Amino acid sequence: MQGETALNATALALDPPQAARAAEAGPKTAPKMATRGVKLWYGAKQALFGIDLDIKANEATALIGPSGCGKSTYLRCLNRMNDVIEGCRIEGEITLDGEDVYDRRIDVVQLRARVGMVFQKPNPFPKSIYDNVAYGPRIHGLARGKAEMDEIVEQSLKGAGLWKEVADRLHAPGTGLSGGQQQRLCIARAIAVSPEVILMDEPCSALDPIATAHVEELIDELRHDFTIVIVTHNMQQAARVSQRTAFFHLGKLIEVGETDQVFTNPRERMTQEYITGRFG
Amino acid sequence: MTDAAPAPDRFSRLRARPEGFEERSKALTARRYARERRFKALGLGAILVAMALLLILLSSVVRQGYGAFWQTYVRVPVTLDAAVLDPKGTGDPEVIGKGNFQKLIYEGLFGLFPEAKARPERRQLTRLVSSGANLILRQKVLDDPSLVGTTRDVWIVASDEVDQFMKGAIARDAPPAARPLKDGAIAAIDRLEADGRIEQRFNTLLFTQGDSREPELAGIWGAVVGSFYLMLVTALLSTPLGVGAALYLEEFAPKSRATDFIEVNINNLAAVPSIVFGLLGLAVFLGLFNMPRSAPIVGGLTLTLMTLPTIVVATRAALRAVPPSIHQAALGIGASKVQTIWHHVLPLALPGILTGVIIGLAQALGETAPLLMIGMVAFVVDAPSTPFDPSTALPVQIYLWADSPERAFTERTSAAIMILLAFLILMNLIAVLLRRRFERRW
Ligand SMILES: Nc1ncnc2c1ncn2[C@@H]1O[C@H](COP(=O)(O)OP(=O)(O)OP(=O)(O)O)[C@@H](O)[C@H]1O
Ligand SMILES: [Mg+2]
Repeated sequence: MQGETALNATALALDPPQAARAAEAGPKTAPKMATRGVKLWYGAKQALFGIDLDIKANEATALIGPSGCGKSTYLRCLNRMNDVIEGCRIEGEITLDGEDVYDRRIDVVQLRARVGMVFQKPNPFPKSIYDNVAYGPRIHGLARGKAEMDEIVEQSLKGAGLWKEVADRLHAPGTGLSGGQQQRLCIARAIAVSPEVILMDEPCSALDPIATAHVEELIDELRHDFTIVIVTHNMQQAARVSQRTAFFHLGKLIEVGETDQVFTNPRERMTQEYITGRFG
Repeated sequence: MTDAAPAPDRFSRLRARPEGFEERSKALTARRYARERRFKALGLGAILVAMALLLILLSSVVRQGYGAFWQTYVRVPVTLDAAVLDPKGTGDPEVIGKGNFQKLIYEGLFGLFPEAKARPERRQLTRLVSSGANLILRQKVLDDPSLVGTTRDVWIVASDEVDQFMKGAIARDAPPAARPLKDGAIAAIDRLEADGRIEQRFNTLLFTQGDSREPELAGIWGAVVGSFYLMLVTALLSTPLGVGAALYLEEFAPKSRATDFIEVNINNLAAVPSIVFGLLGLAVFLGLFNMPRSAPIVGGLTLTLMTLPTIVVATRAALRAVPPSIHQAALGIGASKVQTIWHHVLPLALPGILTGVIIGLAQALGETAPLLMIGMVAFVVDAPSTPFDPSTALPVQIYLWADSPERAFTERTSAAIMILLAFLILMNLIAVLLRRRFERRW
C-alpha cells in the first residue's frame, strides 16, 4: 500500500523536465547511450514503464533494485538481446552515440559488437581459452593473420587480468578454469572485439569474495577505456565500482545520480529504504 | 510485522504426537521398506525376463544358423581336357568359357567309382555335387587359363543333400523313401569320406555369391550390396533433410499454430506403420515418377520417409539440450544467428544428432515391409552395380529364404539373420563410440 503511493509520487516526479534535469546532472557531455521513454512488454505483461536514462562515456553505471524490477530487461534492451525473446515488444528510443539502435539501418550484429555483454553465470564456449577469446575478432574480421590474432588474445587476457594464470595453457579448454577465472575469460572475450560499451549482468554473483575483488578491480580499470553498465545486488559493490547509480523499482526508474549522492543522500525515500535494507 | 516475542505454544499443534504414533510410525516404515523391496524385485525380474527371452532367441538363431558357415566339398580329380575346352588351342576366354565343365566334373567323379557303369548308378553319383559347381570351376579356369590341359584335384561344392547328410540333418537310418539320398549315394559318400575326399570347409560362397535356386550356391553378397545402396541413399537424403527440418523448427520457426501442427504431425509420422510408407513409395515413386522397380534408389527414398521423423525428433532433442547460455554468449559478442548455430550449437548437438541418424538408419536396415511393396522381393542373382539396378536387401533375403522348403535354406536363413544382427550391433556400437568421441561437457 505504502509502496504504491510512493510509486505514484515518483512517477509524477519523473515527468520529462525533471527526468532530463536528473539525467543531465553530470558534466555537460553527450551521453554514450541514452534511453527515452523505453517501455517493454513480455507478451501481455509489461516489464518496463518508460525508462529515461543516460549512460555516460568512460563511467561505470550501476543498476540496482529489488529482484524482478527489470534491471536485466533494461540491460538487454541496450544491445537488443531482447530481440531473441519470443513475444517481447519494445517502445521508446534507445540511442548509441545519438544513433537509434532500433533503426532499420542498424545491423544488430554490428550493434552487439559495439555493445558487448557479460552474463551472470560464466558461460565460456566449450573450446580452448584461446579460441574463446579469438572467436569474436575472428567472426568480425578484426585480425589479419595469426600474429595479429595472438596479439589481440594476449591484450584481451591481460586486460581481463587473466594472462598470468593462463599464458602457459592457452589451448586448454576454457571450461576447465575456476568460476572466477571463467568469468574473467568471458570479460576477455567481450573486450576482444573492442566494444564501446560493456554490459554486465550481476557478473560477480557466482563468484567468491576474492574472485569478486578481482573482477571489481578489473571493472574500475576497464572503465577508462570502455563505458560500463553493471547490474548488481551488492550495494557495496555498486558503491565501490560505479560513478553513477540508477535505482529501479517495479519496472520504473526511481532515481539516478552520482553514486556518492545516491548512497549518502538519496532524493527518494524508497531509494533510501532499499539501500539501507529496510525494503523488499 | 511486530517484533514482539512469539507466543510460546505457536507450534504446539505441530509438536503434539497423536496417540499410538510410535507403533504406527514403525508400521509405516516397515511397509515402506517392503514396498521398496517389491519395486526393486519387480524391476530386476523384468530385466531378467527380457534377458532370458533375448538369450533364447539368439541361441536358437545361432544353433540353427552356425552350420551354414560350413559347406561340404568333394575333392575330385578333374582333367581339364584341352580337346574339350579349347580344341583349336586359341587360349581365347570366349572359347574356354563355353566349354562343358559339368561334363569334366562328372567324368572326374566317375573315375573315382570305376565300377559304376550303369546309368542309374552314375545318376546317383552326379547328384553328389552341386549342379552349379561347373560355374565355379569355369571361373577358376578363366582366371588362370594355364590350367587347361592339366589334371588336378579340385574341391567341388557338394550338393545341398550331401551337405545336409554330412551335417547329420538327414538321418542315415530313415526309410529310403523319406530321405533324398538313395543307398547308392550314401555308399559313395562313405567311400569318399574313407578316402579323405569329402570335407567341410569354411563357406566363403555364403559371403561372395548372390541369391541362387541351389541352396549350396546361395549367398548374401547381392543382398549386402543392395542394403549398402539402400543405406547410402537413405543416409544421404534423410540426414540433411531431417537435420535441416529440425534446425528450422527448433531455431528459426516462429511459435505459431502452423508449427505446432507440423510438430504434431512429425511425431505422428514416427508412428505410421512402415508398410504404409511402402504403399506410398509404390504409388508415388513407381506409379507417378515411373522409377525402376526393385531398385535400391526407390527403396532408399521410401526408407527416407520412414527415417525422417526419427532423425528430426532426435536432432531437436539434441539441439534443445544445448544450454541457452551458449546461445547468449555467441549472440552477445555479435555472432549472427546462423553463425551461432554453425559454430556453437551444431557442434555441441552433434553426438546426439549422429546417434539419432545411426539409430534411424539401423531401423531402416532391418525394415522389410516397405521394400516388399516396391518390388524388392524379386529373385535377383547378381549384386547391383548401381542403386538403379534391381536388387534385394538383407531382411528381404531372409524373408525369401525363410520361405524356401530346403533344409539348407533354413540354415542359411538363420545365418543371414546373424549377419544382419551383426551389422545392427556394429551400427549401434558406432553410435556409442561417436557419442563418446564427440561428447563435451560444459
Ligand atoms: N523472458 C521473459 N518472459 C517473460 N517475462 C519475463 C522474461 N524475463 C523477465 N521477465 C519478467 O520481467 C520482469 C523483470 O525481469 P528482470 O529479469 O529484468 O528482473 P531483474 O531486475 O533482472 O531481477 P533479478 O535481480 O532477480 O535478476 C520480471 O517480472 C520477470 O518475471
Ligand atoms: Mg536479472
